[in-house]
Amino acid sequence: MNLPRRKFDTLIIGAGGGGLRAALQLSQADARVAVVSKVFPTRSHTVAAQGGVNAALANVLPDNWHWHMFDTVKGSDYLGDQDAIEYMCRAAPQAVYELEHFGVPFSRQQDGRIYQRRFGGQSRDFGGEQAARTCAAADRTGHAILHTLYQQNLRAKTHFFDEFFAIDLVRDREGYILGAFVMEIATGEVMIIEAKTTLIATGGVGQLFRTNTNALINTGDGMAMALRAGIPLQDMEFVQFHPTGIAGKGMLISEGARGEGGFLVNCEGERFMERYAPQAKDLASRDVVSRAIATEIRGGRGCGPGKDHVLLRLDHLDSDMIRKRLPAIRDMVLTFLHLDLCDTPAPVAPTVHYTMGGIPTNRFGQVVVPENQGPEETMPGLYAAGECACVSVHGGNRLGGNSLLDILVFGRAAANHIIGYLAENRYHRPMSDEEAEKSMARLARWDKRGEGESIDGLRTELGNVMEDYCGVFRTEEILKEGISRVEELVRRMDDATLKDHSRIFNTARVEAMELENLMDVALATVISAYSRKESRGAHSRMDYPDRDDLHWLRHSLYFREDRSIDYKPVRTKPLSVDAFPPKARTY
Amino acid sequence: MTEPETSLNRLRWQCRRGMRELDILLNEFLEHGYSGLEAQECETFERLLGYPDSVLIEWLMGRMIPADRDVAKIVEAIRHTAVS
Ligand SMILES: Cc1cc2nc3c(=O)[nH]c(=O)nc-3n(C[C@H](O)[C@H](O)[C@H](O)COP(=O)(O)OP(=O)(O)OC[C@H]3O[C@@H](n4cnc5c(N)ncnc54)[C@H](O)[C@@H]3O)c2cc1C
Repeated sequence: MNLPRRKFDTLIIGAGGGGLRAALQLSQADARVAVVSKVFPTRSHTVAAQGGVNAALANVLPDNWHWHMFDTVKGSDYLGDQDAIEYMCRAAPQAVYELEHFGVPFSRQQDGRIYQRRFGGQSRDFGGEQAARTCAAADRTGHAILHTLYQQNLRAKTHFFDEFFAIDLVRDREGYILGAFVMEIATGEVMIIEAKTTLIATGGVGQLFRTNTNALINTGDGMAMALRAGIPLQDMEFVQFHPTGIAGKGMLISEGARGEGGFLVNCEGERFMERYAPQAKDLASRDVVSRAIATEIRGGRGCGPGKDHVLLRLDHLDSDMIRKRLPAIRDMVLTFLHLDLCDTPAPVAPTVHYTMGGIPTNRFGQVVVPENQGPEETMPGLYAAGECACVSVHGGNRLGGNSLLDILVFGRAAANHIIGYLAENRYHRPMSDEEAEKSMARLARWDKRGEGESIDGLRTELGNVMEDYCGVFRTEEILKEGISRVEELVRRMDDATLKDHSRIFNTARVEAMELENLMDVALATVISAYSRKESRGAHSRMDYPDRDDLHWLRHSLYFREDRSIDYKPVRTKPLSVDAFPPKARTY
Repeated sequence: MTEPETSLNRLRWQCRRGMRELDILLNEFLEHGYSGLEAQECETFERLLGYPDSVLIEWLMGRMIPADRDVAKIVEAIRHTAVS
């Protein structure tokens, strides 16, 4: 079979903020760029970000990039690479001004300068008083960024393949990535997009867990494509949980609700946070509250018939105050639960929010893998940026407002490196038909007919297993059980069949391939979590409650082929300033 | 696949959005409310899906009401399905 082929200088898989920022830079430099997205670009998950993007502009309070850098290193629980963090924090003001120039309507203060919010984890003077570092376009920052970048890309003649699903990377014998095998969802037609350089920008993998704050599209496709191309995933054990997502549904109830005086109770009506954090109580940090809730639930003190959540109470507060200060939260709970927070508590549980781990890259966005010469050999022509990548600026824990910054700064950095690469590599490497057609098998597998496991059923089970065995509360025993349960699900995937074998808009087939991706990333996550025998950032092991810098100040790398783990050192040396050595992380 | 099933699949993909809230509301409506719509209302639902996420979220959370009466009716129907 001769697959249709299209040729571009650069293929970008993903049209979120990361992919679009890179595409714009490249198109403006007259590169021929193809952007593939499984949903219409402006429906990418970046649209959900409301809080804002961090940059030390010092518009509201004194600030500078070095303080921002300190906060990010500390927030990462010292697992972040300090060269990349320095680069990001220094580039942040420019990233924001560029957006402003492109047309993002940032909220302003009276003197006309960009207004900046105060977010958790932001300090002045290396751990001193609160800083104000987050720039926002009202409460739709992500939306404003995504739409603006999309419009600019249309103007710059970026070529979009909307509602195309990337199935796999095409790799030649020498290990070069030559593009990707993609399918148009509307028609079921497949083709090869050949490219001199490929950038993976497919976002995070919140859908791994039953309860998460993410959109349905966040299935870690790019991470799984990388795994299948022989690339390891880095630091996958670090998954950020938000303590108050709506139980069983996932929508986020922000810290604001507790900030205004709300508190959590278990099935006995006990305000249990007093036991876990006598000082800060319900306003302790995200990981502390999440762990406390998980402990209550595991101890049988959860609420509801399934005893699987706790309650967030605001009914003791003045209802006018709730209507005035927390209108969006009240509306959301009213819409989904038909409950008025003014007089009824809401069921909440720790909810997966963000993926710190991902495809290992350096600060130029180049994918790096261990080779003979060392742990960080670059893969020529292959790049990754955004939530699917691990550059690593977030280390063990991401700070609010740093993810939008990450996607903008490293989307741009990757594009700049690609421009240099294209200047030196003017021709496409030859791709044989055999190489092109290898990924066909992955698609053809879903033509299998007959009775079999259902995709929906397996997906539900995977979410449950990950939540129960790789959640907030981790021990050797629980994780070991988790590995064997995920392995069992992976085996059962072999028996899965589809009822719908049509070509046109066969969403069942897309969902089946998404589930395959989730399975691969699930193994990476649970095996990495099992292997890291310490507690750091979002990874909390009850059996190893302390951070252990002597043995574990290192990144983990998971390899799909033999499901093994390897390690590489953290880059503790910044570019121009002194390193921040590990210290106890207290707030 | 029959014609109506294909078009339902197409809508299913249009209901994949960038926000969890919209995913849940739109997909639940597609499963439980859509089949009860008149042909004209089906068209309005498709039109609704053409709006950006930031607009849909305002409407579906009840913070704003669409100026277009027909769209407003569908928005109410979706909100109604969500809470039942
Ligand atoms: C509720 C919520 C609020 C948040 N608020 C903030 C905030 O205030 N500040 C902040 O800094 N961060 C925030 N974040 C995090 C931040 O929004 C994300 O980390 C970031 O937007 C990710 O951007 P991205 O470009 O990497 O990927 P995404 O925006 O997720 O885009 C991924 C793209 O890849 C495409 N894609 C994926 N798989 C395939 C495939 N197989 N084939 C083709 N295309 C594919 C998708 O179609 C999409 O276009 C928030 C997250 C959530 C869940």
